[in-house]
Amino acid sequence: MTSSTATAFGGGQSSPGTPDNQTSRVVLSARGLRRDFGGFIAVNNVDLDVHHAKVHALIGPNGAGKTTVFNLLTKFLQPSSGTIMLLDHDITKTDPARVARMGLVRSFQISAVFPHLTVLDNVRVALQRPGHLSTQFWLPLSALNKLNERANELIEAVGLSDARNRLAADLSYGRKRVLEIATTLALDPKVLLLDEPMAGMGHEDVHIVSDIIREVAKDRAILMVEHNLKVVADLCDQVTVLQRGEILTSGDYKTVSQDERVRVAYMGTEHD
Amino acid sequence: MTQSVLTAPKQKLLTLEVTLIVAGIALLVLAPFFFYPVFLMKVLCFALFACAFNLLLGYTGILSFGHAAFFGGAAYFTAHSVKEWGFSPELGILVGVAGAAFLGLIIGFFAIRRQGIYSTMITLALSQMFFFFCLQASFTHGEDGIQGVPRGHLFGFIDLNQSLNMYFFVLAVFLIGMFIIWRIINSPFGMILKSVRENEPRAISLGYSVARYKLAAFVMSAALTGLAGGVKAIVFQFATLTDVSWQMSGEVVLMTLLGGIGTLVGPVFGAALISALENYLATSEFPVTVITGIIFMICVLVFRRGIIGELYASRFGKRLEGKPEN
Repeated sequence: MTSSTATAFGGGQSSPGTPDNQTSRVVLSARGLRRDFGGFIAVNNVDLDVHHAKVHALIGPNGAGKTTVFNLLTKFLQPSSGTIMLLDHDITKTDPARVARMGLVRSFQISAVFPHLTVLDNVRVALQRPGHLSTQFWLPLSALNKLNERANELIEAVGLSDARNRLAADLSYGRKRVLEIATTLALDPKVLLLDEPMAGMGHEDVHIVSDIIREVAKDRAILMVEHNLKVVADLCDQVTVLQRGEILTSGDYKTVSQDERVRVAYMGTEHD
Repeated sequence: MTQSVLTAPKQKLLTLEVTLIVAGIALLVLAPFFFYPVFLMKVLCFALFACAFNLLLGYTGILSFGHAAFFGGAAYFTAHSVKEWGFSPELGILVGVAGAAFLGLIIGFFAIRRQGIYSTMITLALSQMFFFFCLQASFTHGEDGIQGVPRGHLFGFIDLNQSLNMYFFVLAVFLIGMFIIWRIINSPFGMILKSVRENEPRAISLGYSVARYKLAAFVMSAALTGLAGGVKAIVFQFATLTDVSWQMSGEVVLMTLLGGIGTLVGPVFGAALISALENYLATSEFPVTVITGIIFMICVLVFRRGIIGELYASRFGKRLEGKPEN
């Protein structure tokens, strides 16, 4: 990890703080989260605490309700019951765009880029919001050039400099995901929710993204859904296992991976 | 960094663009000396209408099937204010624009609550309600429409009864309208519209209250459509039910599709082609709707990007934009 990366992710707005007394701070918490889809209970009684400067993994077999939990936390779905707190604010009834503005930003399972915009424009769209440059319909596009410096920093940090002026649609799958992360980081979020950031990536890309996530987590809370258990073991401080919409167990990777119920839930499949 | 982004091919492209725009304007200035001015004015009105519609369809991703309400509505408002209240033409057109914007606010408010086909159906339903309002209301004179609207004097001293004066006024309005659309598309706001079109959930997750941007785009599109409708009422000196009917909403979809969705000048060509066809076939025995229907099918099946869209996508267009061919 280069030093330019560190400065790019450090973000201008977030205060440096002293990591020691911040590590245990809970920034996002859910209590008794539940969501029914017409009789089918997709998520039931989920309690979750996401800590500052930690990477928290949400794992579980297919259909366990991981993405539903993501949708509930980011308010893309309204919970049937339960409460969600973001930095001491109750966001249980807040709309998703506002939640994002409060600093809880998500990525999507399918790569969420703006395909017919260039890489630079993808990142700039995210930078436009905090800069209040999003409603001016009378200004020329060159008004956005003052965002270029920051955008280029982020693009360079994720290694996309050579593709700056290409359409996002023309990038490889792995590079799209990386672009998505750069776009998300442009908002300088306090909490990052990453839905399978490594899905469908080759080995090299997984390393790149792992490094980025590790760097980013120094000053932010991260909750990620991930199937690659090697990545989870490598990267995550805390693991929560979901099964059939309920929490099976929660703890550090070692404890969780030795739990017999988790082995059963995964039918014995585990990385060696 | 920010200043040095104009690379050589981009610079060349810019020169080419400016040349094309100047040539286009020159053509439009000279056109009334070779063609029937009233026909040209009709084309310009529909071209602006289609471009305003394209602001919504091509750049925001909302398909409205109710734009006739704004076009025909503005025609009624302008015609009524000029004929009954004695407003000057420019003021009457402003009344039309304001009325269309207000209608856009109401219809847009409901339409943006749903996505895709549902949103489209809401625009159709509400514009049909407006159609029946126009059919029943006394100021529209029902089936007769508002006839004999005086063209009057622009700013009090330019006699619009002179067809060349009228033509250059329409041309000026058209160019101003096009400039406004171009400015909106190429602005910080336009960038957000495009991101909404590209990936709405992602735009929300970046913290944009998408509904507001969509509504703003809807009102802008309606207002610019109203500009076209108001001018048309002055040119033809009448406002009738034809302009508020759902067929008109369909026609503008066809024009935009044919010219090229999401291209600035595509709808201009689409509008010109359809208007020319209608004009040409109006005197023949052959039913014009059959022809436009066939054109629509060919367009959807063979060149889905539309005339200008295909041109951009072709090797020629790629070279024009300085992009590698692949």
